[in-house]
Amino acid sequence: MFPELNNLLNITPDRAEQGKLTLLCDAKTDGSFLVHHFLSFYLKANCKVCFVALIQSFSHYNIVGQKLGVSLTAARECGQLVFLEGLKSSVDVFFRAQAEPHPLQFLREADAGNLQPLYEFVREALKPVDDGQAAWRCPVLLVDDLSVLLSLGLGAVAVLDFIHYCRVAVCWERKGNIVALAHDSGDGEDKENDILLNGLSHQSHLILRAEGLATGFCRDVHGQLRILWRTPSQPTAQRDGSLTYQYKIQDKSVSFFAKGMSPAVL
Amino acid sequence: MESVLALGGLVLLRDSVEWEGRSLLKALVKKSALCGEQVHILGCEVSEDEFREGFDSSINSRLIYHDLFRDPLSWSQTGEALPGGPLGALQAMCRTDPGPFTIALDSLSWLLLHLPCTAVCQELCALSHQHSRPGGSCPAEPVRVLGLLHEELHGPGPLGALSSLAQTEVTLSGAMGQASAHILLRRPRQRPAHQTQWFSIRPDFSLDLQGGPLLESQPHPDPHTPPVDPTAHVTFNLHLSKKEKEAKDSLTLPFQFSSEKQQVLLRPRPGQATSHIFYEPDAYDDLDQEDPDDDLDV
Repeated sequence: MFPELNNLLNITPDRAEQGKLTLLCDAKTDGSFLVHHFLSFYLKANCKVCFVALIQSFSHYNIVGQKLGVSLTAARECGQLVFLEGLKSSVDVFFRAQAEPHPLQFLREADAGNLQPLYEFVREALKPVDDGQAAWRCPVLLVDDLSVLLSLGLGAVAVLDFIHYCRVAVCWERKGNIVALAHDSGDGEDKENDILLNGLSHQSHLILRAEGLATGFCRDVHGQLRILWRTPSQPTAQRDGSLTYQYKIQDKSVSFFAKGMSPAVL
Repeated sequence: MESVLALGGLVLLRDSVEWEGRSLLKALVKKSALCGEQVHILGCEVSEDEFREGFDSSINSRLIYHDLFRDPLSWSQTGEALPGGPLGALQAMCRTDPGPFTIALDSLSWLLLHLPCTAVCQELCALSHQHSRPGGSCPAEPVRVLGLLHEELHGPGPLGALSSLAQTEVTLSGAMGQASAHILLRRPRQRPAHQTQWFSIRPDFSLDLQGGPLLESQPHPDPHTPPVDPTAHVTFNLHLSKKEKEAKDSLTLPFQFSSEKQQVLLRPRPGQATSHIFYEPDAYDDLDQEDPDDDLDV
C-alpha cells in the first residue's frame, strides 16, 4: 500500500468507500503497481478479498506483498484471501472430468461463450459465512487483468457481462468493491479491447490511468497517473475531478508529484 | 434545453467517459415526471436504488423501474429476469400504459451490445412513430423515448442508424469542468436546428442553465430568424445616380492607353536629348572572348 496514493484518492484502510468499481488502466507502461497497492490496501483494511490473478503466480504477488507489509500466505490460510491462480488452474481444466465445473471452463470450450463459471466462483468465494470466524469487512474482487481474457478468446461483451454480474453480486448486494486492471493499446487498432476498456470506464466510479511519458523513458519519472472520478451523485462538486500526477516507483513505495515537479529536475 | 423534450419521439443522449450523461438523463426524467407523465425506465446499467437516489418521493412515485440490472442474462436463475427480454419489456410498457408517457433507456448501449442493431432500431421506430393501440379505440398518445448512448462503444453504423431515427440528439461535452450540450433538433418539414447550451445539474437533478440562452453555431442558422440584408450597413455606395454614372464614364483611368499618351511618352524631353552609356570594365571582370553558348546546338 502506498500512503501517497491513498492521500491522492482521499482514502485510508479504516474508511474505504463501499459499492464502488475502480478501473485501473495502463497505456504504454506497466500498471501492476496499482494492483499491488489495492491488494495490500484491502488486506490491511480487513476486507475479504477474492483475487483472480491471471497474469502472475501466487509467489510473485506474495513477494511483492511482503515488501508492502502483507503476507498473502497468512491471509489465504486464515480465509481472508481467496486466490485463483490462473496460470496453474488453467492446466487443471484439461485434466479433470468435463462435468465438474471449473472457473476457467471457457478455455475448454470450442466457441468461448461466457464467464458464468468464473462469476459463480467469485460469488461463492465472497459469500458471507457465519462460522464464528473473524468477521471480515466488505468483500472485494480484484482482477489482474481483464485484457488477457480477450487474448484467451473471449469477446469484449462477455467480459463486460462478467463484470456486470460481479457488480450486482459484490458492489450492489454485498456493498463491496471491485478493482480491475485492463490494458490500453493506445493505437485504437484493437477494437475489442477498446470496447472493453470504454465499457468498463462507463461502469466504473473511479478510473486510475497510468501512462508512459510521451517523451519516452526517464530515470526519475516513470510515468503519469490520471485520476478520474465518475460519481454521478456528485455531478457538480467533483466535475473538475480529473487530476494528473507524475510518479516514480521506488523499492517499497511510489512517490507522486505534480507534473514537471520531480525532485530530480527542481 | 427546453426544446429537448418538446418534440417527442426518440431523444438520443450521447455521452462519453469524461462527460457522463446519466445525470442529464435523470434531470430529463425528473422534468417529464414533473409534467405529470408516467416514466418507465428500462434500467440495464445501474440498480433501481441508485437510479432513484436524489429524487423526492413525488417524483419516485411516477417512475416505474423495469429492472434489467440484476439478472439480464438469467445467470442467477432466481426468476427475476424480465420475461421476453428487454424488447419484450418495452412492448409490454406500451400495452399497459394508457396515458402519455416517457420511456428512459439506461442504456441504449447495453441493448446494442446484446441485441442485433436492426431489432433495436425497429423497436425504437415502432415505439416512437406509431403508438396506436391494437384495439384502435383511443388516438395515438405521444411517446417520448430518452436513450442514453455511450458513443465510444459503437461503430459508425449503429450510431448512424440511431441518429437517423432520432428527433433530437444531445451530445455532451465540456471544457474547464463545465458541461455543455450540443442539441440537434429535427422538426418535421424544417431544416435541422443546432444549439449549444452550457449547463450543470444540481444535486436534486434539476437543470441549471448557464450563460446566454443559446449559442447558435455558425454554419447552421436557425430557419426562424428573418434573413438580414447584408447591403444595409456597408461603408461604400452600391448604386450610382445618372450624373455620377456620367462622371464615372468620362474619367480616363490611369492604365488606359491612348495615342496621346503614346506621343507624350515617345517625345524626347528637353533634358534627356542625348544620352550615353559609359562602361568601364572592372579589373577582375572575366572577359571571355569565346561565345559562352558555343556548345549549344542552336
